[in-house]
Amino acid sequence: MAAEGGNGKGAVGPSGVRTYPDFSAPTVDKVMVEERAASLGKRSIKKEAKVAGLLLSIAMMDLTTLEGKDSPGKVTQLCQKAMRPHASPEVPPCAAICVYPKLVPVAKRALAGSSVKVASVATAFPSGLSALDVKLDDVRRAVAWGADEIDMVIDRGALLAGEKTRIFDEIAATKEACGQAHLKVILETGELGTYDLVREASQIAMLAGADFIKTSTGKVTPAATPAVTLVMLEAIRDFFYATGKRIGMKPAGGIRTAKQALHYLVLVKETLGDAWLTPDLFRLGASTLLNDVLMQLEKERTGAYQSGDYFSKD
Amino acid sequence: MTAKETIVSATNGETHAAPSSPAQRAALEFGKAWTYAPAPEAADHVRIDPRYELFIGGKWVAPSSGKYFDTVSPSTEQKLSEVAEANERDVDLAVKAARNAYEKYWSKLSGIERGKYVYRIARVIQEKARELAIVETMDGGKPIKESRDVDLPLVAAHFFYYAGWADKLAYAFPGRSPRPLGVAGQVIPWNFPLLMAAWKLAPALAAGNTCVLKPAETTPLTALLLAKIIEECDLPPGVVNIVTGAGATGAAVVAHPDVDKVAFTGSTDVGKRIQKALSGTKKKLTLELGGKAANIVFADAPLDQAVEGIISGIYFNQGHVCCAGSRLLVEEGAFEPLLQKLRDRMQTLRVGDPLDKNTDVGAINSKMQLDKIRELVDAGEREGAERFSAPCELPTRGYWFAPTLFTGVSQSHRIAREEIFGPVLAVMTFRTPDEAIEKANNTMYGLSAGVWTDKGSKSFWVSQRLRAGVVWANTYNKFDPSSPFGGYKESGFGREGGRQGLLPYLEVD
Repeated sequence: MAAEGGNGKGAVGPSGVRTYPDFSAPTVDKVMVEERAASLGKRSIKKEAKVAGLLLSIAMMDLTTLEGKDSPGKVTQLCQKAMRPHASPEVPPCAAICVYPKLVPVAKRALAGSSVKVASVATAFPSGLSALDVKLDDVRRAVAWGADEIDMVIDRGALLAGEKTRIFDEIAATKEACGQAHLKVILETGELGTYDLVREASQIAMLAGADFIKTSTGKVTPAATPAVTLVMLEAIRDFFYATGKRIGMKPAGGIRTAKQALHYLVLVKETLGDAWLTPDLFRLGASTLLNDVLMQLEKERTGAYQSGDYFSKD
Repeated sequence: MTAKETIVSATNGETHAAPSSPAQRAALEFGKAWTYAPAPEAADHVRIDPRYELFIGGKWVAPSSGKYFDTVSPSTEQKLSEVAEANERDVDLAVKAARNAYEKYWSKLSGIERGKYVYRIARVIQEKARELAIVETMDGGKPIKESRDVDLPLVAAHFFYYAGWADKLAYAFPGRSPRPLGVAGQVIPWNFPLLMAAWKLAPALAAGNTCVLKPAETTPLTALLLAKIIEECDLPPGVVNIVTGAGATGAAVVAHPDVDKVAFTGSTDVGKRIQKALSGTKKKLTLELGGKAANIVFADAPLDQAVEGIISGIYFNQGHVCCAGSRLLVEEGAFEPLLQKLRDRMQTLRVGDPLDKNTDVGAINSKMQLDKIRELVDAGEREGAERFSAPCELPTRGYWFAPTLFTGVSQSHRIAREEIFGPVLAVMTFRTPDEAIEKANNTMYGLSAGVWTDKGSKSFWVSQRLRAGVVWANTYNKFDPSSPFGGYKESGFGREGGRQGLLPYLEVD
């Protein structure tokens, strides 16, 4: 197993055997967790609660573009949108821009002087199926180019093959390569098959040093779902109970409507409580969500839906 | 109401010094970072008449005594309407109307024609579901979320389900020539007013009987709206009669000599009195009475989902549920993590205006019930159990009780033995599966139970040994019209729901 490899991060004990922390996690009942997640989608969020929730969701948004055709022009436009999503002064800037490593310098320049962070996917995104050295190099370069946050992917093939210690070691090595940059660990839950494995992968990632755990790359269906997000929030809760450490959560992929965004906020509010209702601990990864949220905000302000052409498409 | 924060002890009776692990220091806060604005369900389109008469023989009839009683909303203590009080003479009229309808119309109809009427009731209920849910919530105090998403869909489903049986009775009991009994006298409780009416009326009508139904005195309104629906559905006069009143009215329905079958859902005390009163008569009887269900959580259970099952098991409908999971039995190894999760989850329960769409726990059904809950909770504290109540703000008007749990409970404590019928959970521990089964079965009741484990073989092994009519595995409080429901021991006898639920309303060879 990976523990024998050169990058093993488990502690070496007196007997010379590498030991790892306890990865075991409580099991998850599929029916009940889906029911609970769906029931939280029935909260009725109206008026000032809706406006506050929508503004919060903008402040928590990682505005994302991860396409092969991404160019400096496209990324620069998206950065402008992230810094000033709408003309209304009460609309906050987004939390971050999320781009491929090569576009980090562009984003960094465009965002200079603003509060918006630059997040970069790395580690042979989206599959993670490259040599560890290559993946770590990917991370170091993204950080050197100015990334504040690194969104890594785990090697799902290895996890499904039972190589838990390899996953742990790779995350720990990536964390080291991040230096000061924050590390988000993408589990790609749509490929893991069971909530039990999602829960276990969350546990491994947090033990290995993740600052955030994230559902998906956006390249696989299903991506983020309320139920899988709830499973990960519950893993974060257990980690907090055990260590007192607050790990962040980022659902990403398939979040397109303001209603979905509010559903995720409700999940956080009623699972982890007040402390997590901040961009420091909760993010929404999305490419097309922002305009729907803005449209809903304008509807609350004016009482009528505006044409889509009133909102910039960047 | 003082909520006393306590340090959890792993075993009954003993207290340990709290270890200062990070787990004990880490506390989640569920406060005001982002609050939900009030989201009240609009009730202005709902019409509640200032006064309701008795529904007898297809007509609205004034009570012979001329007496009416108020029905109030338990969340506001405001009078919603006044309702006729039926005495023995009125009940006699109702039974005569039912007998007449049975002989003249209902027993002469083919099953397929009877079924059409029952389907029609189901459809109109669906059409008026929103209005019925609102009235159910106003009259009984349960959250609109539950009356809208649980009660009403199940009410319609019961009528649809039994409508389908009406022309297939010969197939339900092949070779046993099923025949209706005649007139059914039915007395129902206040916790699921309309749903219990559906549980009683739907199988009785489908099987070919006529009915005299007595709703509970604190929650008569939806049964009266159902009477209007039955009127609208143009059922032959007298097939369904609804007589309102308190205990004396119910006693008159049960005791009437021309009633062929009695069905009662309610307290075990009243059930025992009914059984005594009926001894020596030829009346058929089914009783669905109290419960003190054990919800058993093994250490290998999906703990976070078990917490949801525990919450819905005891706080659903303010714990006014005969099959409520009111005793939590936890394997010792899972006690601390489970209780930590459970307490945190209780903090997120939203207690208040039942008409608010975000309310999780509504009002206690009546002052009388609130007093009973308080008395038993006081007894729990006196007997030395440790109380934790959710830190919620309760409205000043109306009847309220904060979701509560007790740890350090012994099998001998009153809160572990008596049905509280409120949002109060008694938590106990066990060490082995045998001990869990022994403790779970150590009660006079036997209506329901829950088993939480990730191991399929264990859930089957345990559930086969639980003396309870319904056992839920890795879920709780799930109902379906096709599934029979009923009790062991002092939880009653007879089954409601499913093919089995037809039998109490039929004579078979």
